[in-house]
Amino acid sequence: MAELNTGGGNEKGGKVRSKKQDSKVDLTAMVDLAFLLITFFMLTTSLSKPQSMDLAMPDKDPEKKIEDEILVSEVRTMTVLLGEDNKLKMYMGQLDKPLEAPKDVTYGKDGIRKDLLEKIKSVPLATRTTKHPNGEDLIVIIKPSKKSNYKNLVDILDEMAICKVKVYAIVDITSQEEKLLEE
Amino acid sequence: MAKVKMSKKATSIDMTAMCDVSFLLLTFFILTATAKQPEVIPVETPASTVQVKLPDTDLAIVTIGDNGKVFFGVKAPDVRIKTLELIGEKYNVQFSEDEKKRFSLIEEFGVPVNQLKGLINLSSSDRNKQGLQIGIPHDSIDNQLTEWVRAARNANAEVNKEQLNFAIKGDAKEQYPEIKKVIDILQEQKVNKFNLVTGLRGDNF
Repeated sequence: MAELNTGGGNEKGGKVRSKKQDSKVDLTAMVDLAFLLITFFMLTTSLSKPQSMDLAMPDKDPEKKIEDEILVSEVRTMTVLLGEDNKLKMYMGQLDKPLEAPKDVTYGKDGIRKDLLEKIKSVPLATRTTKHPNGEDLIVIIKPSKKSNYKNLVDILDEMAICKVKVYAIVDITSQEEKLLEE
Repeated sequence: MAKVKMSKKATSIDMTAMCDVSFLLLTFFILTATAKQPEVIPVETPASTVQVKLPDTDLAIVTIGDNGKVFFGVKAPDVRIKTLELIGEKYNVQFSEDEKKRFSLIEEFGVPVNQLKGLINLSSSDRNKQGLQIGIPHDSIDNQLTEWVRAARNANAEVNKEQLNFAIKGDAKEQYPEIKKVIDILQEQKVNKFNLVTGLRGDNF
């Protein structure tokens, strides 16, 4: 480099020159380590927060008056019974004189979702009155039996969310319906 | 025929850029990491298509798994301490400052109150042994879950001045009556809104 050698060529009395080292460092090991740590942190993080499904239950007031109960048209109500082994039954109207007899359905897009979507469309058409020119919405009553499991409940609630059913409720099952499921 | 000679290339590659990127990623992951807490009770949550995330604050989680064992945990450590104090008052158990501090680090627990002191004094690895924690009693004879829920709500109201939200984290195979029991206990105290913790699944199931 631009260095003046003023020493007059005498090697012994000259400056001790530091050896020029190779400026390149081998980074392979460092990269290895970095990727190892990345992998570790990626696997130990729980990046995705768990999803949560909102569930609002009606207020349970022991002193609730009977008169407060609202009567709804049986045309609007669909009852879904959750049985054991992922079985599912649904009917329209009341159990004593159903508008549509109880039938077995399955979970998922080929099962109950078809029925739900169909009813969401047909119920407002059937309930058109002068008071409600656009008809009224479908009401789904979910009745999980004692033998159903938590997954069934979440599945059916999920179905409500997918089909955008506006009114649904989880109700205790009656012994009559329990019997129906066992058939 | 003249052979096409391959030009000899240098075997060492410049790794500076790669090193830079990898360390950048590393820094990102270290900073965003919240280490997975060891689970006291293995719970496989059912899947759903909802996209709503679980809230971070003002949250208490009731876990139900392993044939109706109920575990309880509050998110915020300061609320945990307050909850423990309230429970201590209720059941006449004195907790030392050290025990309170240790309790504030416990994510989730499931023991009756009379075993709580023992649990707090265990090391965290012993604490998470399978089968050690038997669940919080929640039947009509000894309904400690109700007390925990009440204490946690009062504690959160005092510390954070907010309503406490309840999340229910149930195992997919858990029987419905066990879930209903917990929902009923919460509803007795007029907690009518829950977050059901679920996993993720595609729309097309």
